[in-house]
Amino acid sequence: MRKRTWFALVALVGALALITAACAQEEGGGTTGPTGGTATGPAADCESDPFGCVNVGAGEPITVGTLLAISGDVAFLGLDSQHGVELAVDYLDGAFDGKGGQIAGHDVNLVNEDDGCSAEGGQAGATKLAADPQMVAVIGTSCSSAALGVADQILADKGIMLISPSNTNPNLTAEGVWTGWYARTAHNDKIQGAIVADFAYDELGARTAATINDESPYADALAAVFRQVFESKGGTITAAEAIQSTDTDFKPLLTSIGQQSPDVLYFPDFNPACALITKQAADVPGLKDTALIGSDGCADPSYTETAGAAADGAYLSQPDTSAFQQGDFYQNEFLPAYRELVGDDPTAAFHAHAFDAFMILAQAIEQVAIEGGDGSISIPRTALKDAVLATSGHQGITGTITCNATGDCATEVTIGIYQVPAVPFDDPKAKPVFSETKSLEDVA
Amino acid sequence: MSQEARTTRTLGRFERLPTRRIVLVALSIGIATAVAYGSYRTLTLPAGQRYSGSAWRDFLVLGVAQGAVYALIALGYTLVYGILRMINFAHGEVFMAGAFGSFFFADAWERSGFLDRRPVLAVLLLVLLAMAVSVTVAVLLERIAYRPLRGAPRLVPLITAIGASLFLQNTFRGLFGAQTRGYPKPTALEGTWSILGIPVQRVQVLVLVVAAAAMVVLTQFVSRTKTGKSMRAAAEDQEIAALMGIDVDRVIVTTFVLGGMLAGIAGVLFALTFGNISYFMGFAPGITAFTAAVLGGIGSISGAAIGGLVIGVLQSIGPALLLTGIHVPSPFQLKDVVTFLILILVLLFRPGGILGTGEVEKV
Repeated sequence: MRKRTWFALVALVGALALITAACAQEEGGGTTGPTGGTATGPAADCESDPFGCVNVGAGEPITVGTLLAISGDVAFLGLDSQHGVELAVDYLDGAFDGKGGQIAGHDVNLVNEDDGCSAEGGQAGATKLAADPQMVAVIGTSCSSAALGVADQILADKGIMLISPSNTNPNLTAEGVWTGWYARTAHNDKIQGAIVADFAYDELGARTAATINDESPYADALAAVFRQVFESKGGTITAAEAIQSTDTDFKPLLTSIGQQSPDVLYFPDFNPACALITKQAADVPGLKDTALIGSDGCADPSYTETAGAAADGAYLSQPDTSAFQQGDFYQNEFLPAYRELVGDDPTAAFHAHAFDAFMILAQAIEQVAIEGGDGSISIPRTALKDAVLATSGHQGITGTITCNATGDCATEVTIGIYQVPAVPFDDPKAKPVFSETKSLEDVA
Repeated sequence: MSQEARTTRTLGRFERLPTRRIVLVALSIGIATAVAYGSYRTLTLPAGQRYSGSAWRDFLVLGVAQGAVYALIALGYTLVYGILRMINFAHGEVFMAGAFGSFFFADAWERSGFLDRRPVLAVLLLVLLAMAVSVTVAVLLERIAYRPLRGAPRLVPLITAIGASLFLQNTFRGLFGAQTRGYPKPTALEGTWSILGIPVQRVQVLVLVVAAAAMVVLTQFVSRTKTGKSMRAAAEDQEIAALMGIDVDRVIVTTFVLGGMLAGIAGVLFALTFGNISYFMGFAPGITAFTAAVLGGIGSISGAAIGGLVIGVLQSIGPALLLTGIHVPSPFQLKDVVTFLILILVLLFRPGGILGTGEVEKV
């Protein structure tokens, strides 16, 4: 009897403690109120701002989060972007000197979370970051599946701006789906799908094509765009197949596709599916003369590692890094600094986009931060969001960045088609075999 | 005659038919019709869309090769069940451990060129290494997870097995990372051989030959040797076997060792066929192999072999044959649906599996 009452008491105390802790956090968030200085200035902006201000005291750092795919099979993609952000923090003082710079007189504190390249990961990571009342903005996510309807919504509900360096799914900035608190420096896949279709139809002379996409929104949308443009040019789609990104056996599927011997097989998926499709397609006689094309989800070192000799001659589409406007800066300052920081060459295509994403954020913070007179600053959330979305003519590594009304900041995009073994993740000096520049207006 | 009595007389015949029978018969007619219809539609597709004879051949060979791997893993399940009456859910991880163990050597040998210079020796060594790792994991499992629970109610070791499976998966993930790695293939195994005029993938030939050999050796071991006899005795009745002087503990360990060896072989064959390994590679084949063992008759060795082959062929040919004709999009994603439907159907009619006794055995 005594044991039971003892347990009940402990359980009750435990439950009360948990509830108190949760409530305490709720109250601590969403700070408002003046921090000193002129009576009307800061108070008015912070009070009138629907989400309030982030108050950064004197000597305190500005908290910026990253939500990227830093573990698992897509770690190459996320870590690469994270390093881009770290280099941007370094470059705030105008030089890659290994010492972080400052925004509006305050250091930057990076909080790194994992988006898991999935909706679950995006939700967990975004919830964690959104719980911090000092979180100003987040650079992320790596994969569209972690952002779409998940991270973008969770962060928008707390008034935290989300800027993605590598989300490419068109829906993220589409009317009705865009949350208003989201922007991206990566290209919209409407552009990439169209350019790959152009390459297949015009350059390779393909008239029949088959696509294989996995369950992620990225692959689904990109394959759909390709099919639509390819057909509108006069081509025929022989098969539009779907797989699970965790599948490892594609032989029956490839045999079935090989029956029609399409001119092109397009698989805009992630690794290891891309690599395994490439490897297993080599054993299918019907696909002997089929050109294999993957996209930026496949473009990391594990592709060539896992697929081995079967990958030679396959094509991969990704941002054309050789067309970066600041070519000189990229080759002679950014890349050496990257190698210094990481000890290796970049493993994916979006490190420069991540650098640019952080830079437009820093610029926006400088613009809207209200000085408190005692060294502290207040950053009104809505004003920050508006400033990011109003970015115009910013000279980034990837080009001139001008954000449009729905968050697409990479409006002029150059996509390159590379052929293995001349691929940028294995050879940073690789040149594409085909390159095209399109703007969002061309494909909308 | 009263109203009731008259009704009873006219309904008399039908009343005595058990509902279960009716449902089963109706179901079987329904399934047979669906299968026939689907197959007919697929085989009568217009010439451009129809699968050629060589495609069906490819599917069949692929199915048999895959089935052979499943059969090897299924044997591990069936052996353990025979003696301990428990499903070793961690067996998929024993299989994964073998593949992983051999991977590091395979990778190193590929880089040094040994894999290509002496492919026969290299593959043999890889198989031996995989067997060693798998056996170690299996024996440790038995010692740590199952032996202490020998007398416990049936459900307890079952849950433990699931827990052990998750533990092993995440241990490998923590030790070696979450990414999928490419498993090297010796150049000698690339390409095809012509068997009876049919081009067959060299790897598939290897899989079939090795799997067949392993199963023959196992059957001979179980039926001819003294240990084999002890195993069969212990499987029939543990108590009496112990009374007859058989060291039941040793027999159980031997069972796990045998299952581990077969899983190790299966691991290397699987890795060579699909070219990749990862920490969760044991999960799906584990479930499929368990299904195969149940399908063939759990506890029966030849049952496991037959079950494995049937499932392998079904997974390969099933979606193509049944679903392409009626234009189901992405039919190959539904291969597990086909497999488990067949499992449910077989169990409905023969609860003991194909080679089982046709009786229900309660777990």
